Amino acid sequence: MRKEQTLTWWGRFVDHDVTYSFLHSPVTVIASIVTVLMIIAAFCAPVLTSYTPFVPGSLNLLDAFMPPAWEPGGVSEHFLGTDGQGRDILAAIMYGTQVSLTVGLLSVLLSIAIGIPLGIIAGYNGGWVDTAIMRIADIQLTIPPILIALMIDGVTRTSLSSEVHELVAIPVLIVSIGLASWPQYARITRSGAMVERRKDYIAAAQLIQTPTALILLRHIFPNVVGPTLIVATIGVAVAIIIEATLSFLGVGVPPTTPSLGTLIRIGNNFLFSGEWWITLFPAFTLVVLVLSVNLIGDWLRDTFNPKLR
Amino acid sequence: MPNDIIFTVNNLKVHFDISSPFITRLINGAPKLVLKAVDGLSFRIRRGETFSLVGESGCGKSTVARAVSGLYSVTSGDIIIDGQNLAEVKNKSKITDISRRMQMIFQSPYASLDPRWRVRDIIAEPIRAFGLAKNKEDERSQVEKLLRQVGLSERDGEKFPHEFSGGQRQRISIARALSSRPEFLICDEPTSALDVSVQAQILNLMTELQDELGLTYLFISHDLAVIDHISDWIGVMYLGRVCEITPKAALFSNPLHPYTRLLLETIPDLKGNNKRSPLEGEVPSPITPPSGCTFHPRCPFAKERCKRERPELITLGESQVACHAVEEKRL
Repeated sequence: MRKEQTLTWWGRFVDHDVTYSFLHSPVTVIASIVTVLMIIAAFCAPVLTSYTPFVPGSLNLLDAFMPPAWEPGGVSEHFLGTDGQGRDILAAIMYGTQVSLTVGLLSVLLSIAIGIPLGIIAGYNGGWVDTAIMRIADIQLTIPPILIALMIDGVTRTSLSSEVHELVAIPVLIVSIGLASWPQYARITRSGAMVERRKDYIAAAQLIQTPTALILLRHIFPNVVGPTLIVATIGVAVAIIIEATLSFLGVGVPPTTPSLGTLIRIGNNFLFSGEWWITLFPAFTLVVLVLSVNLIGDWLRDTFNPKLR
Repeated sequence: MPNDIIFTVNNLKVHFDISSPFITRLINGAPKLVLKAVDGLSFRIRRGETFSLVGESGCGKSTVARAVSGLYSVTSGDIIIDGQNLAEVKNKSKITDISRRMQMIFQSPYASLDPRWRVRDIIAEPIRAFGLAKNKEDERSQVEKLLRQVGLSERDGEKFPHEFSGGQRQRISIARALSSRPEFLICDEPTSALDVSVQAQILNLMTELQDELGLTYLFISHDLAVIDHISDWIGVMYLGRVCEITPKAALFSNPLHPYTRLLLETIPDLKGNNKRSPLEGEVPSPITPPSGCTFHPRCPFAKERCKRERPELITLGESQVACHAVEEKRL
């Protein structure tokens, strides 16, 4: 017998299908724990570590090229070793993850902020509005995000002085990744809006002279936003990869505030001279971060897809 | 009061352009295609009465409902509510006033309620849209009153639509439609998605509300049993036109139009009466309707004149009928 629906929100949360599905998917539980730990490590880095790897004055060149603690010559103060300038790798990874996560999250937010409204407007109106918006999206899709980022980066690099450029490098990166990936969110919301606008509750709202903007905001948006947010989770992982790629190529974030991609690129120079830890640990962190976020995204997609349940 | 006509439809036409895109037409040399969903429809409804439109699927019943409510644009013809021609009303506050007084109940109780809204918000939406509540407290008490009126409990307002059965959802739809205190309700097959037992409950509820609030109904249905239950007047539709308008009693006792007779013969009975000859064929395509009387290919009484000439509605006693055979006293 089911209890009468007088549960508190906590009771309802524990009782919910989604909670059940989550707790019965060990991979997802582990991925979530890893993701949360990495987010905490990244954003609490100043509290968790006393090293300030990107303040040049705090570095000691005598500490350079120290191997990890368990290797001969390693010291426990630098658990994952140090790089060529004596920077602690663990601390560098923590700060680098912070940059990667920030770029990933904010660029996806930007994509959503552009994609969802355009998708809803296109799907609800149909006709030439739909055609115009979706053709722009198609054109956008033909230009890969790396190309857009290279273009924007090139323009800002030549038009701004190097100090100013370093300041705006991260926002530029966010904008270029965000601009490049809005079409997929627009497409998902558009297809949802096309289905919803034919339902009678929209007709009922039109009948009482509800302004179109309010119909879009109060009726269409809540009903189409779900699938988009699930795709956005995977989008964060993709954005982190794009950022790492760009930083690896040297057009991403400046070396003064390195992301995981920058760290991998710096370490890559030392790989063949035997200092493998400089590049391997940031690379491993990137893989674990992207994999965890992807696994959470996959689980969300499967759980909220009624056809797969 | 026989003259108290609240609602008049005059020669209503709703045509849809269903031709292919311009470029495709240009290349293939294809002509423009027009679907005449409603083609010259006229009827009147008296205040406090129920007028039903009945017909086979595809005859344009729902199009009439949606055109009358303003969801589809009208190709030509007049829709007059309480002396105001809808096409001529341009004043914004008057449009708002008319849409407040005219509400609609939809066919599917599953698609007509926003799944993300709580029931109390769904019901309160028209109240908010027309500013009918003095404050939050007033709005709340109005919603609770409406919930009780349609036979739900006040606590149901806190729930979401998916927590209700089809019949309960239709009650919510009715409560929502009533929340703007309308005088005129358009009901587009409100019971066709429900179980037979629940249909009766909903119809009884609608009849009670009509008596209590003095509502006027335009009722769309394909189900003659439902029509028999609720109507005062009945219009029989065939292919976008009305072929007979008649009081309920006359329709069942003395049907005039051959199509009405055939429709009535299709009602199943339990006595094993095998004389019934089923209505043959289907409704022809409204894109290429038959010439003359659109019913002539299926009509057992059709003559040469029926193929050439389109019959107009003629008045016979209380009823109106559009049929050459009736006019010529052959029937």
